[in-house]
Amino acid sequence: MSKAIDIKYGASATFNSARHVYEAAGKVREEGYSVWECYTPMPVHGLDAQMGVGRSKVPIFTLFGGITGFFTGMMIVWYMNAYDYPLIVGGKPYFSPIYPFPVFYELTILFAAFGTLFGMFFLNRLPRHNHPVFEHPNFGRTGDDRFMIVIEVEDPNFDDEKTLSFLKDLGGKSVGFIKERVK
Amino acid sequence: MASSPKTKEVEFQHEIMRKVKPAPWHDDPLVLNKRSFHWVTEKICGIVEGKTPKWWWWCFIIAMFVASFTGMGLVYLVSTGVGVWGNNNPVNWGWAIVNFVFWIGIGHAGTLISAVLCLLKQKWRTSINRASEAMTVFAVLCAGIFPLFHVGRVWFAWWLFPLPNANAIWPQFRSPLEWDVFAVSTYATVSILFWYMGMIPDLAVIRDRATQTWRKVFYGIFSMGWRNANNHWRNFEMAYLLLAGLSTPLVLSVHTIVSFDFAVANLPGWHTTIFPPYFVAGAIFSGFGMVLTLLLPLRAVFGLRDLITQNHIDNMCKIIIATGSMVGYAYSMEFFIAWYGANSYEGFAFVNRAFGNYWWAYWIMVSCNVICPQLFWFKSIRENTPLVWIISIFVNIGMWFERFVIANTTLSRDFLPSSWGYYSPTIVDIFTFVGTFGFFSVLFLLFLRFLPLMPMAEVKMVMPEADPHYGKH
Repeated sequence: MSKAIDIKYGASATFNSARHVYEAAGKVREEGYSVWECYTPMPVHGLDAQMGVGRSKVPIFTLFGGITGFFTGMMIVWYMNAYDYPLIVGGKPYFSPIYPFPVFYELTILFAAFGTLFGMFFLNRLPRHNHPVFEHPNFGRTGDDRFMIVIEVEDPNFDDEKTLSFLKDLGGKSVGFIKERVK
Repeated sequence: MASSPKTKEVEFQHEIMRKVKPAPWHDDPLVLNKRSFHWVTEKICGIVEGKTPKWWWWCFIIAMFVASFTGMGLVYLVSTGVGVWGNNNPVNWGWAIVNFVFWIGIGHAGTLISAVLCLLKQKWRTSINRASEAMTVFAVLCAGIFPLFHVGRVWFAWWLFPLPNANAIWPQFRSPLEWDVFAVSTYATVSILFWYMGMIPDLAVIRDRATQTWRKVFYGIFSMGWRNANNHWRNFEMAYLLLAGLSTPLVLSVHTIVSFDFAVANLPGWHTTIFPPYFVAGAIFSGFGMVLTLLLPLRAVFGLRDLITQNHIDNMCKIIIATGSMVGYAYSMEFFIAWYGANSYEGFAFVNRAFGNYWWAYWIMVSCNVICPQLFWFKSIRENTPLVWIISIFVNIGMWFERFVIANTTLSRDFLPSSWGYYSPTIVDIFTFVGTFGFFSVLFLLFLRFLPLMPMAEVKMVMPEADPHYGKH
């Protein structure tokens, strides 16, 4: 029974080059917008600073993973070869941080790598297959050779007309709203 | 505001430059013929989206046929018993360890290209890194077959891992063979993670271009909903850099630990401290040989000359000269230390290596690994693509023989002449090993057909248009 309604997600504008989107991003930030995003076919060098976003937090996850891995390795060796079933082999001690070091080393890297990958997914809020920007008719070109800026409705400075004309003034092409159809 | 001290610095440099008048420096473009971003997308996606070429089917059928040799060899081995391999006293390791080290070594160039060259900011790596990483993953899978079946009762191979079993005993961590289990399984896992993560944005591009439903679903699931947002790229680039930073010590440690399999044993010819660096150099050497063997035909078939340029081939040839010379240096240094160390067993092991029962294998190794790559000093040879391809195959042959020489010369000449033996592979050994090339090719052909051959975003990044200041001056 329920009718499909369109919910406005944001205003979008496309640009033809990295240089244009870079310059436009600086102006969007200067205008005071805070909830907006650039869509680019590759990482554009310097765009983070231009958008006013800081350093990525992925390293925290990497560090956490690495420390966990190192101590997991130590626990495995200590528990198995010194505590649960002590075995005398080659006159070496039951446990030592030296001889099984390769095990700690490899597990540090393994867990840190998992931390990095899952940290990246977590910070990017992925997987998410249903994002409103996918509704943009030409979204696919942002993976090819087009650059897009989307200012979201959530932004306190968002105003239907003002934002659209602002994006036009920046030199954006095919300026319009992205709408999400909700049933 | 922040840019003012920078511009000053640039001006200052310019003043000095005017005085010293340096020779002009030309960086060769990494993508030739001024191709556009769209051309790159079309080219790479076109390989995946186009109709399956006839040659692909022929190669695939042949590769499947060859891969079946491994299958048959292993079925015969398991159903009959380990005696069908040529391993026996005193050579108990035989081809299994040789093939294992060979394939693991092949994998190392992929990690070197994707990780070490990334940290060193070698931009030319971008067009070759995806295929090389695929090579790494598939080579490690081939390598894994041998130790797995070499344990004898393959259905107990899981005892290698620290899992509780009915005997209530655990793996013993003083053994380099156990370190190897951790090194190789970590290497395989991290290589797959790195390969997959780098592929996510490209899978998203294919997803967005897809017209068929199965493509939308397949690429959709694996691209995880990637949406090219700057925030995504920011975390992605950081994660990529970190994985590169983690893979670099990993790749060095893996072949170091593989060399420990030998070096920790108290046997003449094996018990040397030179082994870790020498194995790592050899691994990179053989891996680059394999990268050239794979990429030169692909470059011709898919028309990728604008992306894999002569410059790329030159660089890879130069790395082969460098690592080949390191390997040659290690061969001579082993001899020197054997003499200088004045240990009669060690001395015998090395004289035996060059002039003993496996002299032929030793000299195949030296001619392929030490002499052959020196040809790359000549520009005319580096520019002769078919010849580069042939030399790259010689590099692979030489590196296989290196492992054969190391493993077999030492074991076949035990301390007591009464225990001496001579190892020869059986037909089962040969078929199982040859089959792994088919297995590798099957996986690589599937990769070509279904996954993006080059990281499109990274290739675009090294093009001049990606610079936000492009066209300003």
